[in-house]
Amino acid sequence: MKILVCISHVPDTTSKINFTNGDSEFDTNGVQYVINPNDEFGLTRAIWFQEQQGANVTVVNVGGPDTEPTLRKALAIGANEAIRVNANPTDGFFVAKQLAEVIKNGGYDLVIAGKESLDYNGGMVPGMIAGILGSNFLNSCTALTIDGNNVKAVREIDGGKETVSTTLPLIIGGQKGLVEEKDLRIPNMRGIMTARTKALTILEPVDAAVNTKAVKFEKPAPKSAVKLVSADNLDELINLLHNEAKVI
Amino acid sequence: MSILIYAESAEGKFKKVAFELASYAKKVAESLGTTVTALTVNISDVSELGKYGVDKVLKVSNDKLAGFNAKAYADVIKQAAEKEGTKVVLLSSTTDSIYLSPLVAVALNAGFASNVVGLPVSTSPFQVKRNAFSNKAFNITQIDTDVKVLGLAKNSYGLFESTGAAAAEDFNPTIGDNDFGVKVESVEKVSGKVSIADADIVVSGGRGLKGPENWGLVEDLAAVLGAATACSKPVSDLGWRPHSEHVGQTGKPVATNLYIAIGISGAIQHIAGINSSKVKVVINNDPEAPFFKVADYGVVGDAFEIVPQLTEKLKAFKAQHS
Ligand SMILES: Cc1cc2nc3c(=O)[nH]c(=O)nc-3n(C[C@H](O)[C@H](O)[C@H](O)COP(=O)(O)OP(=O)(O)OC[C@H]3O[C@@H](n4cnc5c(N)ncnc54)[C@H](O)[C@@H]3O)c2cc1C
Repeated sequence: MKILVCISHVPDTTSKINFTNGDSEFDTNGVQYVINPNDEFGLTRAIWFQEQQGANVTVVNVGGPDTEPTLRKALAIGANEAIRVNANPTDGFFVAKQLAEVIKNGGYDLVIAGKESLDYNGGMVPGMIAGILGSNFLNSCTALTIDGNNVKAVREIDGGKETVSTTLPLIIGGQKGLVEEKDLRIPNMRGIMTARTKALTILEPVDAAVNTKAVKFEKPAPKSAVKLVSADNLDELINLLHNEAKVI
Repeated sequence: MSILIYAESAEGKFKKVAFELASYAKKVAESLGTTVTALTVNISDVSELGKYGVDKVLKVSNDKLAGFNAKAYADVIKQAAEKEGTKVVLLSSTTDSIYLSPLVAVALNAGFASNVVGLPVSTSPFQVKRNAFSNKAFNITQIDTDVKVLGLAKNSYGLFESTGAAAAEDFNPTIGDNDFGVKVESVEKVSGKVSIADADIVVSGGRGLKGPENWGLVEDLAAVLGAATACSKPVSDLGWRPHSEHVGQTGKPVATNLYIAIGISGAIQHIAGINSSKVKVVINNDPEAPFFKVADYGVVGDAFEIVPQLTEKLKAFKAQHS
């Protein structure tokens, strides 16, 4: 089984979010980048398939040279090889087109992407890849087992979960649950050493439409300070929630 | 070229988000000088949609669509959009609609913006404001394609009634067998409880509650408010509560009218998931807990004393105001 894990390179959640150039660009100054958490669950699940079922795992990112440390980290965690499509990932459709091309040429059976990435929270890439390729697609996937070509999976739904069956080739939008958080892999010394010798292929992008663009960023208006209510005056809290906030 | 909305329903009834989407679509339609068409699947009485500004309803009745299937539903939405010659398709942000939207966008060759939080900033060029960076910022996105697909973030617009009635029309799209590559084997819903996705109020507990045996405090308060219950990540990691209740960056997002956090420190990963809730109340014994910085109302003190009192007082308040 050939698995492709799509890796988004995102600012660590604790990063300060600032903008430059007249609020038209994200300010990367001092920002620490990580593998998108949803993708990390998918990567660990893929490594599990590698170890238990002999799968071959490739990781891919659409991005500039600055994302290579993130791909190297994925290699250190255990992926067999990495691909970087050398383009600025500004629009979900453009990214999906690039990834669809990699998938077509690589003959992958299973593609694992995160249900959303934590920078633009678009939640569009996995579904768009599936739309472009016409493949089976499962979003918000929280459990996945594969036997030959047959897939059993669980998907989160509002207020519960759904068990589904499908077949490879398959694209999933994954999240926590694919593995437990305690089972997430971190690179060890041996992994880091061998990652240096693994192939990281750079591909030039194919022509694709850019349907949307981010023209400007804004920060939320500064919040007014919290109104503290004394613990022995809870009637006042109820009064505020009823008359001021109008939520009860 | 009316605007098309997908009016989501469950068990034969519209979800509240369908009315929010209709209210929003009505306003967008006014600024574009057009009307609103809603697509419904297997709903017999669609009259309620008129109240929220829908002019016309395309009613699909088909047993093959009895259960949700993203590919088939996306295909139906595409055919409805083409039939109406629509330039703007609107979907909400339920788990199902989030699943559908990118498929619809590709099928219609449309630019797609998700997490939209307000009316278009401009209609020419077409620009919308969206949540980004885990709700720590907004992003104005321009969509340059002829057809546009928007996903409206939950509780970001509200319900607005208008006068008018929706004319209903049967619609029979063609549904291909190859749409059913993913088959639902079973569905498990948490019954008898308000789910986080549907709730207007969420009461959430953190590690400050000390153990699962104390969750009665959270549940009693939630029951009085008709709220869903939730928790911080360590609480579900410790197995005190099910994972489906964990909210935050790696858990469920919560965009409710009221979020009450009890014994939760307010770590940035937790806040990332609840930030778009309108009103936040924090109960914590540590006045330095970071949650107080993002809260609207706060009580500093011991949850074990405060919460039962608050529950009793709210019971009395509800009795008076119902
Ligand atoms: C990559 C990553 C992703 C994460 N994702 C999430 C996520 O999605 N959701 C999430 O919640 N966390 C997430 N976390 C964890 C997060 O950083 C915090 O560790 C977590 O939110 C803390 O939970 P807590 O506030 O319940 O516990 P604690 O930090 O232990 O805080 C408990 C609070 O309870 C108060 N307290 C104690 N006793 C009482 C009492 N008797 N009465 C009133 N107050 C009391 C304390 O003052 C304290 O503020 C993530 C972390 C990482 C690194």
